[in-house]
Amino acid sequence: MYRYDEFDETIVRERIAEFRGQVARRLSGALTEDQFKPLRLMNGLYLQLHAYMLRVAIPYGTLSSRQMRRLAHIARKYDKGYGHMTTRQNIQFNWPALVDVPDILEELADVEMHAIQTSGNCIRNVTSDQYAGAAADEIEDPRPWCEIIRQWSTLHPEFSYLPRKFKIAVTASAHDRAAVRVHDIGLRLHRNAEGKTGFEVIVGGGLGRTPMIGRTIREFLPKEHLLSYLEAIMRVYNLHGRRDNIYKARIKILVHSEGAESFRRAVEDEWSGSDKAAVDPPREEIERIRRYFAPPPFEKLEPESAAFDKARAADAEFARWARVNAAPHKVPGYVIANISLKTPGAPPGDISAAQMEAVADLAERYSFDELRVTHEQNLCLPHVKKDDLYDVYRALKAAGLGAANIGLASDIVACPGLDYCDLANARSIPIAQRLAERFAFSGEEDDIGDLRIKISGCINACGHHHVGHIGVLGVDKKGEEFYQVTLGGSPGEDAALGEIVGRGLSADEVVDAVGRLVDFYKDHRREGERFLDAYRRIGLERFKEALYGDAEIH
Amino acid sequence: MATLKFTDGELAPCREDRATEITLAEWREGARPEAGRFALALPNDAALDEVAHALARFDAIILHFPTFKDGRALSQARLLRARYGFAGEIRARGEVLPDQAFFMARAGFDAFEIDCEAIESFRTALSAFSCVYQRSSDDRAPVYARRAATRAAAA
Repeated sequence: MYRYDEFDETIVRERIAEFRGQVARRLSGALTEDQFKPLRLMNGLYLQLHAYMLRVAIPYGTLSSRQMRRLAHIARKYDKGYGHMTTRQNIQFNWPALVDVPDILEELADVEMHAIQTSGNCIRNVTSDQYAGAAADEIEDPRPWCEIIRQWSTLHPEFSYLPRKFKIAVTASAHDRAAVRVHDIGLRLHRNAEGKTGFEVIVGGGLGRTPMIGRTIREFLPKEHLLSYLEAIMRVYNLHGRRDNIYKARIKILVHSEGAESFRRAVEDEWSGSDKAAVDPPREEIERIRRYFAPPPFEKLEPESAAFDKARAADAEFARWARVNAAPHKVPGYVIANISLKTPGAPPGDISAAQMEAVADLAERYSFDELRVTHEQNLCLPHVKKDDLYDVYRALKAAGLGAANIGLASDIVACPGLDYCDLANARSIPIAQRLAERFAFSGEEDDIGDLRIKISGCINACGHHHVGHIGVLGVDKKGEEFYQVTLGGSPGEDAALGEIVGRGLSADEVVDAVGRLVDFYKDHRREGERFLDAYRRIGLERFKEALYGDAEIH
Repeated sequence: MATLKFTDGELAPCREDRATEITLAEWREGARPEAGRFALALPNDAALDEVAHALARFDAIILHFPTFKDGRALSQARLLRARYGFAGEIRARGEVLPDQAFFMARAGFDAFEIDCEAIESFRTALSAFSCVYQRSSDDRAPVYARRAATRAAAA
């Protein structure tokens, strides 16, 4: 993991001192709320429905046990004893008091964390594959590049007052777990014909009220030029992105209205005229950062584990958990252990202080002190020996984190919705809870297989409903909560936006309606066919009939 | 409202004679400065290519922040320094708040049109950070260069 040196620490501490002054000016009335707003946002502080909300960055989703314990401490001391993991590898605290926020930031700085640029019209927390450094299908660890982007984008003098927020994601695997095609900039590390690794640069993807799949403007960018190329994109956007209408200010609108080819030419012109050497970090700095991400001291193990096989044979629940929640590791004898924060009936992504501490203990003992936060609002222990997996499972179960549902119907992504958010039109959490209970408690989840349900409480789409196999969008109809269903979305390498099926459904109707979609799939699927593939084959019309309950039942 | 100059890390009221201002519209209509001090005032959606060849005629370029949230002039300043080599004064006009001053100074601004009573908060803001991650239009070394220097000194 990356460790701060004196310079990184100084920047974070000076930022807190500056914000402490801004908070004091706000409290004294020297700053108006309108003037204070962009300043607090760039320090991660929102004003929500009931209270302030502080969003803390977990850069590219990597946490140490010490950091997780500090988050638990903050949840207890300054909040109501829990935190909420977001779809962008951040954690949110929902109840801090404004006067406490500078102190919370100091507590975070003690463990090399911050809330810088987790909000506001600036470059946000860079996200990545939660399996980075562990995935069997990865060509190289993307995290050094994420850290290079983090440092470059922090307090960037030119790009801190952009037309709108800006999100960058990086992946280095064929299977895209970072949703790079639905980010403002997506970067995919891949190998070219000469065997060199470089970035495919994808621009203009995004969800929100105008969802779009990003366009590739460069197939292969030599890695060492990453920052100068990013600067060229950002400059074109900063100068030419729309500022007259907040809903048309994202880079996706610029790329779409100019055309991807014309946008690409503008970026290439800007880049060719720039002083690359002034912006691109020198090789020794790239190497310095890369060294922090050296593989941990893995043991040389047999690929199979007798202890693991024995435990699976003896404990059917564990066998199921291991089958659903464990993912292949690149080193023989190890697995990636996913921890579901989607216990059916609980708010998706919420984690209590005691659970944070339990997970921190496991990371320390079994996973080289590393934890990851996923963009699907779960956690994972990236490097667990198969020999230890049963112990890990039992400890998770004891902490109330034993749900075996990663990638299944009850692993639902949902935004905080009307329970917390002042933008929301409808509640998301209760719908997620009822759907999760329906699928998990009926025991049909394993049979349904890979199914991604994503729920947003308004068109800002924080629950990523556009890229759910089944998406649910909360809308307000004359003061009543209604839910619109979309079908066929995917955030991965086969990225697609869901299609709106038809009229909205009430909160009471929508749960059964989604149940009918799943029943229709089960009746009509071919051998081994996922929900998404069945939908793509059969099409919207027949699923629509199922949704509204007028399909023939076979 | 006064113009404050930021030079060598010091913020002080401008002592030079006021420059005669020419707007982009006047420039397009044929106004050409000849004798004395001149400043060109550009809107923040102006393409710099149009005036690039004439920059040497001006002592100052005035860039505009119609609201503090609109950061286009930051890119204009950066381009004026890095691409067009403009070495004269670049002055910020409009809604110029202390909280943007550090970024402005780094992007290439060295003059601010502000209320004189705001000078202390501008001084504080301009000295808020002792380390920076990026190379920009100011002469600050990014931390990677300082890291390399520290390593070289230790070797």
